Amino acid sequence: MGKRRKREGMKLWQIVMLCLVYLFLYLPIVVVMLFSFNKSELNVNFTGFTTNWYRVLFEQRKDLWDALWTSLELGGISTVLSCIIGTAATIGMHRYNFRLKKFINNILYIPLVIPEIVIGIAFLASLSMIGISMSMTTLVISHVTFCIPFVIITLRSRIAGFDASIEEAAMDLGANQIHTLMRVTIPMLVPGIVAGGLLSFTLSIDDVVISFFAAGPDQVTLPIKIYGMVRSKFTPDVYALCTIIMIGTIVIYGGIQFLQEKMAARRGENI
Amino acid sequence: MEKKKKKWRLNKNFLPGLAMVGPTGLWMIAFMLLPLIYVIAISFMTKGLFGGVVWTPTLKNYQDIINPVYGKVCLKSLKIALLTTLFSLLVSYPFAYALSKVKKRWKSICMLLIMVPFWINGLLRLNGWVTIFRETGPLNTLLTKLGLPALNFMYTETAIVFGMVYTFMPFMVLPIHTSISKLDSTLLEAASDLGATKLHTFLRVILPLTFPGIFAGSIQVFIPSLGAFFISDIMGGGNTMLLGNLIKNQYLNARNWPSGAAFSVLLIVFTLVVMQIYTRLGGDMDEMV
Repeated sequence: MGKRRKREGMKLWQIVMLCLVYLFLYLPIVVVMLFSFNKSELNVNFTGFTTNWYRVLFEQRKDLWDALWTSLELGGISTVLSCIIGTAATIGMHRYNFRLKKFINNILYIPLVIPEIVIGIAFLASLSMIGISMSMTTLVISHVTFCIPFVIITLRSRIAGFDASIEEAAMDLGANQIHTLMRVTIPMLVPGIVAGGLLSFTLSIDDVVISFFAAGPDQVTLPIKIYGMVRSKFTPDVYALCTIIMIGTIVIYGGIQFLQEKMAARRGENI
Repeated sequence: MEKKKKKWRLNKNFLPGLAMVGPTGLWMIAFMLLPLIYVIAISFMTKGLFGGVVWTPTLKNYQDIINPVYGKVCLKSLKIALLTTLFSLLVSYPFAYALSKVKKRWKSICMLLIMVPFWINGLLRLNGWVTIFRETGPLNTLLTKLGLPALNFMYTETAIVFGMVYTFMPFMVLPIHTSISKLDSTLLEAASDLGATKLHTFLRVILPLTFPGIFAGSIQVFIPSLGAFFISDIMGGGNTMLLGNLIKNQYLNARNWPSGAAFSVLLIVFTLVVMQIYTRLGGDMDEMV
C-alpha cells in the first residue's frame, strides 16, 4: 500500500468488461460441457441429466480415441522437434552474427502472418509435385514448420534479458563452449523452452486448416475428425471427450505451473 | 532483433552460427519458402485437363479474379474480415485496458483464462454457439419466455462475423495489452496535471501510444479471418462462400490448382503489404505473438 496514490481498485466498468468478455469466451464451453450430460442426442435443448454419453464414448467410440491419440502423438513429436531445432537456432542467432541471419529471421515470420490455408495448400501442392503423398511424416513436418517460429520468438524474448556475464564466467572458469552451452545456457533457457513448447503443443493440437491439407487419409487428428462432423452432426459423445480433455489439460497445466514455481523457488533469483 | 551491438564473440566465425541456425534455416526454406514460391509459380500456369498443372504460362487465373462471381467472393471476404477486425477491436481494447488494471496477483490467472478456451477445439466451441443461437435453442427459448422477439441470425453473414470475432479476438487482446502495460503512467499524470480531460488524455495520449498494439492485434485478426474456411462452414451453414472456402474448393473439389494458387497469391500479396506498413510504422514483428 501507500505507493500507488490513485486507482487502488478497479473501476466498475472495468470489472463489468472483464466479466462480459470472459462470459463471451466461456459460454460456448459451458454449453459443450453441459450438453455432454444431456439426455437428448440432438443438442438442441437440455432434456435431462445422464452420464450415458461418457459410457458410449468409452465403449463405442474407438475412432474418437484413435483421433485423440493421433493428435497427441502429432503434437508431441512436433513440439519436441521444434523445441530442439528452435532452441539451437535461438541460441545461434543470439550469439553470432552472420550474413544470412536477417534472411532466416524474415522467413521465420512467414507462418505468423500468412493465412494458414495458404501454408496448407503450398505444402500440399509442392509435396505432391515431387511425388510425395501425405502421411504422418508430412503432417509432422507441416506442424513443425509452423511451430518453430513460435518457439523461437518465445525464447528470444527470454534470451534477450540474459546476463552474458554468467556465460563468460563459465568460460573463464575453464568450461569449453559445448560445456557452457549444456550446463549454463540451456538450463537457464528451460522455462522459456517449456513456454514455447506449450504454445506449440496447443497450436498443433488445435490446428484444423494445415492438418486438413497435410494429412494423408489415414491420419485423422481430432480436429479433422470434428471438422468431418460439421456437415453431419455432433453427437454428445464428442462433447464428452472434449470435456474430459479440458479437465485433463487443466490438471496437467496446473501441475506444470506448480512444478515450475517449485523449481523457481528452489533456484532463487537465478531465473 | 536488438540493435545494440553484441560485443562478445561477434568475431567468431560463420560456422558455429550456421551449425546452430542451419537446421531451422534449411527447414523453413524447404518447407515454407519453396512451397510458397511454387504456389506463386503455378498461379501463372494452366490447369491440366484432369487437375494438376500444365506448364504453359498464362494470366488467365488472375483475370478470373476480376470475374464478377469471384470478385464478389473477394469483396465479401474483405468486408467480413474488416467487420471482424472492427468488432474485435471494440471488444478487446476496453478489455485489454481493464486487464491492465488487474492487480498483479490475479494478472497471471486472468491471462491464463484467455488461453484456456484454446484447449477445447475451436470447431466445437463454435458449435457451442450454434447450439445457443439455434432457432429453437436456449437463447430463443429464454427470449420468448421474457416476451422478447426471437433472434434468428444463425447461418448469415452476421453469424460468421460473430464466429470470427469469437475465434480471433484473443489474438488481439495480447498485443494491445502489451502496449497498454508499457504506457508510462507519468505521461498520463502529466496530461492530467496540464489540465487535459480524461477523454482528451485518452484520445491524444493513450490511443496514439498504444497504436502499435492496436495495429499488431488488427493484423492478427484481419489476416486469419481472410483465410479461415471452417468458420463460414459452421456459422454460415455453408451458404456463404469466402476466400478461404474458394481456395479450398479450387484445390480439393474443382482440382483447379492454378486458380486456387492465384487466389492464394492474392492473400500473400495482401499480407505482405499489410506487414510492410506495419514494419514501416516501426512495428516489431516479435510483438505479433
